Amino acid sequence: MNRMARETVSPRPRPASRAGLIGTPFEARLRALSTAEDWMDWAGCLSPRALGAVETEYFAIRNQSTLFDVSPMRKYRVTGPDAARVMDRLVTRDVSRLAPGRVAYVLWCDEDGMVIDDGTLFRLGADDFRLCCQERQLAWLNDIAWGFDATIADETDDVAALALQGPTSHAVLEAAGLGLPALRPFGMAEPEPGLTVSRTGFTGDLGYELWVRPEGALALWDRLWAAGVDLGLRAIGYAAVDIARIEAGFIAAGAEFQPIHRALRPSRGRTPFELGLGHLVDLAKPHFNGRRALVRHAKDGPRRSLVMLDIEGTKPAAGAMIYRRGRHEVGHATSAVWAPTAKRNIAFAEIEARAALSAGLRAEIYTLKEGRWERTMTRATVTDRGVFRPPRARATPPGRF
Amino acid sequence: MGRAAKFDAIVAGGGHNGLTAACYLARAGLRTLVVEKNDWLGGAAVSRELHEGWTYSNCSYVCSLLRPEVVRDLDLPRHGLQVIPYTGGTTFTRDGDYFAYHSDRHALEREIARLSPRDVEGYERFALAVMRQCRFIRPLLLRTPPDPVAPGPRDVAELVYLLRRFHDLGPRETGEAMRFWTASVGDYLDGFIEHPLIKAHLAGSGIIGTGLGVYSPGTAYVLLHHYMGEVDGAIGAWGFARGGMGAVSGALASAFRAAGGEIVTGAGVERILVENGRAVGVALDNGDEYRAPIVASGMDVKRTYLGHVEPQHLPTDFLAAVRRFKIRGSSGKINIALDAMPRFLAAPEGASFLSGDLHVSESLAELERAYDDWKAGRWSALPYLDMLIPSRIDPTMAPPGKHMMTLFVQYAPYDLARDGTRDPAHWDEAARRGFADAVFDRIEAVSPGFRDLILHAEVRTPVDLEREVGLTEGNIFQGELTFDQLLFNRPVPGYADYRSPVKGLYLVGSSAHPGGGVMAAPGANAAREILRDAGRRCRAERAFRAA
Repeated sequence: MNRMARETVSPRPRPASRAGLIGTPFEARLRALSTAEDWMDWAGCLSPRALGAVETEYFAIRNQSTLFDVSPMRKYRVTGPDAARVMDRLVTRDVSRLAPGRVAYVLWCDEDGMVIDDGTLFRLGADDFRLCCQERQLAWLNDIAWGFDATIADETDDVAALALQGPTSHAVLEAAGLGLPALRPFGMAEPEPGLTVSRTGFTGDLGYELWVRPEGALALWDRLWAAGVDLGLRAIGYAAVDIARIEAGFIAAGAEFQPIHRALRPSRGRTPFELGLGHLVDLAKPHFNGRRALVRHAKDGPRRSLVMLDIEGTKPAAGAMIYRRGRHEVGHATSAVWAPTAKRNIAFAEIEARAALSAGLRAEIYTLKEGRWERTMTRATVTDRGVFRPPRARATPPGRF
Repeated sequence: MGRAAKFDAIVAGGGHNGLTAACYLARAGLRTLVVEKNDWLGGAAVSRELHEGWTYSNCSYVCSLLRPEVVRDLDLPRHGLQVIPYTGGTTFTRDGDYFAYHSDRHALEREIARLSPRDVEGYERFALAVMRQCRFIRPLLLRTPPDPVAPGPRDVAELVYLLRRFHDLGPRETGEAMRFWTASVGDYLDGFIEHPLIKAHLAGSGIIGTGLGVYSPGTAYVLLHHYMGEVDGAIGAWGFARGGMGAVSGALASAFRAAGGEIVTGAGVERILVENGRAVGVALDNGDEYRAPIVASGMDVKRTYLGHVEPQHLPTDFLAAVRRFKIRGSSGKINIALDAMPRFLAAPEGASFLSGDLHVSESLAELERAYDDWKAGRWSALPYLDMLIPSRIDPTMAPPGKHMMTLFVQYAPYDLARDGTRDPAHWDEAARRGFADAVFDRIEAVSPGFRDLILHAEVRTPVDLEREVGLTEGNIFQGELTFDQLLFNRPVPGYADYRSPVKGLYLVGSSAHPGGGVMAAPGANAAREILRDAGRRCRAERAFRAA
């Protein structure tokens, strides 16, 4: 008997054998707005690193509102009588506590307890889920669902998505006739047939993500764009988002952790505890993939710790090695940025677990100054993750700005 | 007789420098009180809603000089301060042309080349020269100037530090520095740039807040003073405080309260109490009296020593020097609620530079004539305008689609001339209207229909600034930024270390080094000296280590 999960195929196959990047449903608008001509590869899609000046785009996230095309994100739909059991088997959180109409930030691990990827899990209905993430998970989902009564669909190219983020983002929704004043963080709603809006995002500020069929993508863009004219709405690229997410304390795959399914070196794998995300692991849950190993890891304690460092001075500690007492190398910075709103020089750093509690950390920062490298050993202290998390991000109903 | 209470330190004046000093004192463990005469805090860093739905930055209007060390020390972002940079700017001419300044290098080069191809490199050289001077001067901002006449051990160390910095500059750059500190902005620009409109655009920073013209010696330094700030390490960049400049004071007040500080508003200092040559407290104009062995005045040097300390407590020479201190008002401020975005004839559709600083001007010669009017006691017939529309960037300032304009106007005299006499009392309602009309006419010429968009306007002359904010003669820097009043000469020789002839009485405002602007450096520097005298170490020492 075939106990494979059912799988449906996208009606929109990508052009086979085509080299280079493929445009998203928003390509026409993005190309028209780009003056920087600074594009990047996001999962094979043409994605703006910046459309204009990064600084302007970053401050629009923190001061006005922004549109960022997140269509390249991988999106998987899991439905069927066993859908909830499949998701519970996949992720480390307790999915039974996720009510329909709610979203959760989740992680999932291999059987050694190493993180495969992180993402957002949308419970669209009792037996209906959407998982959004960075890495391809189709084969893995099928493995997880083997023997369960569930259907899996790769919706990546069937759902276009926009992140609308910033303090005036709800005002923009309202002006577009899509106001959702009662929607709480991590909630979702369908203000119109075919359009899902979730109060989620990657910036740590007030913000929403809008999900729509590709054929409705440009109309949605134009509608928001017109509504945002007097509210400072700007289209932005990933460079600005990256600054905001570090400032908000959100990790990124490939930077703060190496997805274990893609790591050539097995030693690069990290447990949720080592990423500082132990609170997302529910060991009381009867079974999920990696549980046995995570029970052991929880007992043994983490080998390494991902911490947020507050570093003196203003020079970002990108790639800096971290030392304890100026001598012992204990780790390195994974992402570093001058946080323009929090006005701090911060870095995610992976350091030996023992070192995370010790004072006297220093970051070795190299700066190129007009043809000459300067090296400084700069004092660094472990600080709270998320140096900028304004109350307006959580206010319900959200403010006008 | 009203309330009486004892504190470790009292700060007179809740402006941004007073609050900064108060924060450091409170964080060092001193029981600190701030008293403010207005019902609101902030001094000249204030946001008020005078027309429903609109927030004005009533006095100071942009942010750049605020020392990042202080922002970090006092954790001001956590207390709600958000600074948003703006980019670009433009100067419109009456005949319909303009020069647009862009932060994008390519756009700027193309724009300069449109007017004057040779000036592309000229501007590059100018920008480099200014940056070199900024690198030299910025570390001095958070240091107490040495006394070169009667040097103590610390003064000697500080003088050696200064000399070493000059030595590092080398002879040619030292010469350049001297030229920069003493030259006129007009002469300085003439050495780099040919096109009159580009020069007019750049010269504005040299006269803002100063009773001097573009060809008066000393104005090049004033330009430097406006360039040495930063936003996120971008030296010379300017930004808006989200919610108006009152957000700076608001964050400082919040940090101060979090450190256990107390604030009294609506009661000004009547008298600084002195007993046996020592400050012992303050008497307020509502009859309350507060005692403390430390009194720090955020008021300007004239107001503090001539207005609120009885003369018998101060040496004659000191009083004479304070009376000589130049603190002439030279500018006015107009805040406007606009029904819609004004249309500027010359600006191309969707021009991004309209979100920056806008000016109407022709040439240095015209700016010099504007100064001539001021010397004669008149407001300028063709004034220099520094006009911004923060609501184009900051959504909190006006309802969507409506706009708030902040207009800095130079020149406007304090003692207006009329019928052969000069008197601040000449600023009556008709004079204020005349002053505003000269400004509106100037804007109307480049933006027809501008007047019809005005829903409400707050017009502030130097006299209003003196009355409401307490700035003597309405001088926005608490004293002019000319070389004779800078560094160890600020406010008066021998007292550049924030102390005064009265033990326990300190000056913490912009009359002290390094001068005006919403910088918080005088307040932070003064707090360091106060705590040194009190035998306390600052708990937050980062600013001082950096210095």
